[in-house]
Amino acid sequence: MLSFIIRRLAVAIPTLLILVVFSYLIMYAAPGGPFDAERTLPPEVMANLNAKYGLDQPLIVQMWNYVVNVVVHFDFGPSYLYKDQTVNDIINQGFPVTLTYGFWSFVVATIVGMTLGITAAVYHNSWLDYLAVGISIGAQVLPNFVMAPILVLVFTLWLGWLPGGGWQGGQWEYIIMPVIALSTSFMASIARLTRSSMLEVLNANYIRTARAKGLPMRRVIFRHALKPALLPVVSYLGPAFVAMITGSVVIDMYFSTGGIGIFFVNSALNRDYSVIMGITILTGALTILFNLVVDILYACIDPKIRY
Amino acid sequence: MILSRKKAQDLETADIGAAIEGRSLWADARIRFFKNKAAVTGLVILVLVGLFAAFGQYLTPWSNEEVDWGVLGQVDTMGRPSFESKHYFGTDDLGRDLFARTVQGTQISLMVGLIGALIAVVVGTVYGATAGYYGGRIDNVMMRIVDVMLSIPYMFVLILLLVIFGRSVLMLFVGIGLISWLDMARIARGQTLSIKNKEFVEAAHAIGVRPGTIIRRHIVPNLAGVVIVYSTLLVPSMIIFESFISFLGLGVQEPNTSWGALISEGAKQMQYGTLWMLLFPLFFFVITLFAFFFVGDGLRDALDPKDR
Amino acid sequence: MALLDIQDLAVRFQTNDGTVSAVNGVTFKVYEGDTLAIVGESGSGKSQTAFAAIGLLARNGHATGSVKWDGQEILNLPEAKLNKIRSSEIAMIFQDPMTSLNPFMKVSDQMEEVLTLHRGMSRKQARAECVRMLDAVRIPDAAARITMYPHEFSGGMRQRIMIAMSLLCRPRLLIADEPTTALDVTVQAQIMDLLRDIKDEFNTAMILITHDLGIVAGACERTMVMYGGRIMERGPTSEIFASPTHPYTRGLLDAVPRLDRKEDVLPTIPGEPPDMLRGFGGCPFQPRCPLADDLCKTQPPALERISDVRVRACHRSPEEVA
Repeated sequence: MLSFIIRRLAVAIPTLLILVVFSYLIMYAAPGGPFDAERTLPPEVMANLNAKYGLDQPLIVQMWNYVVNVVVHFDFGPSYLYKDQTVNDIINQGFPVTLTYGFWSFVVATIVGMTLGITAAVYHNSWLDYLAVGISIGAQVLPNFVMAPILVLVFTLWLGWLPGGGWQGGQWEYIIMPVIALSTSFMASIARLTRSSMLEVLNANYIRTARAKGLPMRRVIFRHALKPALLPVVSYLGPAFVAMITGSVVIDMYFSTGGIGIFFVNSALNRDYSVIMGITILTGALTILFNLVVDILYACIDPKIRY
Repeated sequence: MILSRKKAQDLETADIGAAIEGRSLWADARIRFFKNKAAVTGLVILVLVGLFAAFGQYLTPWSNEEVDWGVLGQVDTMGRPSFESKHYFGTDDLGRDLFARTVQGTQISLMVGLIGALIAVVVGTVYGATAGYYGGRIDNVMMRIVDVMLSIPYMFVLILLLVIFGRSVLMLFVGIGLISWLDMARIARGQTLSIKNKEFVEAAHAIGVRPGTIIRRHIVPNLAGVVIVYSTLLVPSMIIFESFISFLGLGVQEPNTSWGALISEGAKQMQYGTLWMLLFPLFFFVITLFAFFFVGDGLRDALDPKDR
Repeated sequence: MALLDIQDLAVRFQTNDGTVSAVNGVTFKVYEGDTLAIVGESGSGKSQTAFAAIGLLARNGHATGSVKWDGQEILNLPEAKLNKIRSSEIAMIFQDPMTSLNPFMKVSDQMEEVLTLHRGMSRKQARAECVRMLDAVRIPDAAARITMYPHEFSGGMRQRIMIAMSLLCRPRLLIADEPTTALDVTVQAQIMDLLRDIKDEFNTAMILITHDLGIVAGACERTMVMYGGRIMERGPTSEIFASPTHPYTRGLLDAVPRLDRKEDVLPTIPGEPPDMLRGFGGCPFQPRCPLADDLCKTQPPALERISDVRVRACHRSPEEVA
């Protein structure tokens, strides 16, 4: 098991380095620096600013310094846009928010999706199946940027039940809509995936054996069919996680929740290199870490996988 | 036994299965597809949306750019959908005709969806089939690269590209094309691997069929089903992709528009009671995605007779 | 009284291409300690007959007729009631031991649940009993290997595990559906030996479903030949082998390779198994039968009794066939 994890990490670390170098190069190649907007600056001031942020040094030195700072000190440097804040400040401020609604979205999408999928498969071709399939097909065409306005329209403008945005330290009424908006389409994908793999497993010979043993249907499904049926779902969790992180951009823009998404967009629009890089690297690292967890989970479920 | 040789031969040559016609796999699939009501409905919707995008502009006197000055400033009352003002879908907040803009947005979204999927299919299939066919170390390295790219938060990278190199439809295609082929490559590789080891390919090898012919006659036709199904499902995800970018305001630029941009504008205006701005583009977005999913599912069921 | 009494059983499957009639008018009994072989080629309805009896048909299948277990009607009984009979009274083993055991569960978990469920044993008691049963089917070092996963065993070992699992509750009837088809020839013989020993040791009645006449001879007292979902003939195995009264049985026997005859070409039955979708007006075997005439094409032969122990379904007289 340990060697399995180590081997996985051996791939993960170069991946992360490639990501760092790649985004740094894009930044470097980009026309225009962070201080271009302030065109009236005299050349001496410009030089001073560049020196302060280390922009006057050769590319390789800049990159090396950056990587060392990130890896050794976990320091993403100062922000160019938010003058009195460092990238670490911004991450500390936005990340807990994103993690909170991201976590709940993930939980809701997985639990609701799996439940729908299993129900549909077990009651195949009954009205329950059609209902579950209907819900998941309907939900699939409702990505976060479509769900967000619809939710606000219904629950804020028409019913007046929930606030249309804000965070307020994460009180529940501010979390509900971001979570639903973010989770709906993933819930649908997970439901469809669970249903089709469950249907396939229920046709397997070993399920017939389990039924021939006289086991109650409940036990057949939960003890014999669930594990194999969830394998494809588990491998979908990695991509779903990436997509949810991406979706946080829409959530933060639409609901003003103040997560990292909004910082990312603002920084991107203002060429605030250090913030963009910080967020990209952090989410990349998280993704890689999450994929590692998924791989381990997969190996735990499937006894045929050798570490 | 009194079975004479003659009788046995008669029986042997008698065409016992004469009434069973040989139906080709594709003919069989077509029959199954057209039996599937949801899939056929989806196909009809797609044709209608396609016609709307192609000819919708001829139905309205307004263009997608010109501002109806008579409406400006009182869009929530004068800009409502009506046949008298010829604004069938109403106007947007700047007094531009929403029908014309929806037609234009549909064109862009469909085009991005189709071209994006095409790039993904061509690049992904070639890449995946190559990796699968050669196998061994080549396969290992090629698929490792795919794994590495898959674990990058691609949307952030795409946003980065769009910001740094400027927003344009071309950049959008490059960005989408860079990312979307990865899954296709994996699928094509998996299929190629399993087909390569099938008995009929080995049999073809054994009787001396040349590799080129094997790929053309045995591997590609068997790959085609999966590729077709997957690309049908890829189009809607490309449309969602583009709409996402446009929703953030990083996609197509004014005066051009797309479903995502229209939905975004409509969503910003909805507290002023001008709901049509949201609902018309949303309607087209939703039914088109529905249609693609139905057609894709129908194709999968039709081409994969396992579930019969 | 018969243990299992099947009367006029019919099985239909609804498919996209129409209704498939897999089993038609099948009637037979199995007695205490009896061994019955059901023989026929693929698609003859032999497995579906067994599945229908204990309610394991695929979702799109439907059975009609009557199946009595110990005098009680059990056909189309609700799942919950059938579960009381399954494994505890009628156990089944399947063709492919590679896929019939759950690859995601330890062998111990799969075996123990039978006993904890049907016999109310504790996990510990159940474990001891399972190990004893694995010893009985000659799995070496059973106590240690019981916690392994199925993929860690060979095909023959897995079939032994299946057999051990099916016997845990000492069922009165064991249905073995092609138990040796997926195995190597040498392993086949071992498994058949094992089944014979088990039968004697536990006095279990057995239905052996197979397409291989070769394994029937030594294993079963009675043989029933099926074709196209119908019974062709039935009787004591020795009599069926010595004097078949049906052209199909005749053809099957001629197709078994024998050492005591010198032949250049092994005879085969010309033609193919019937397409069950199309249905047939007459005898299902008629298109391939060397003795068929117009009557065979239009009217299915009824099952007729020709002695105390033998029945057959053919328009031709036994003398004509022999």
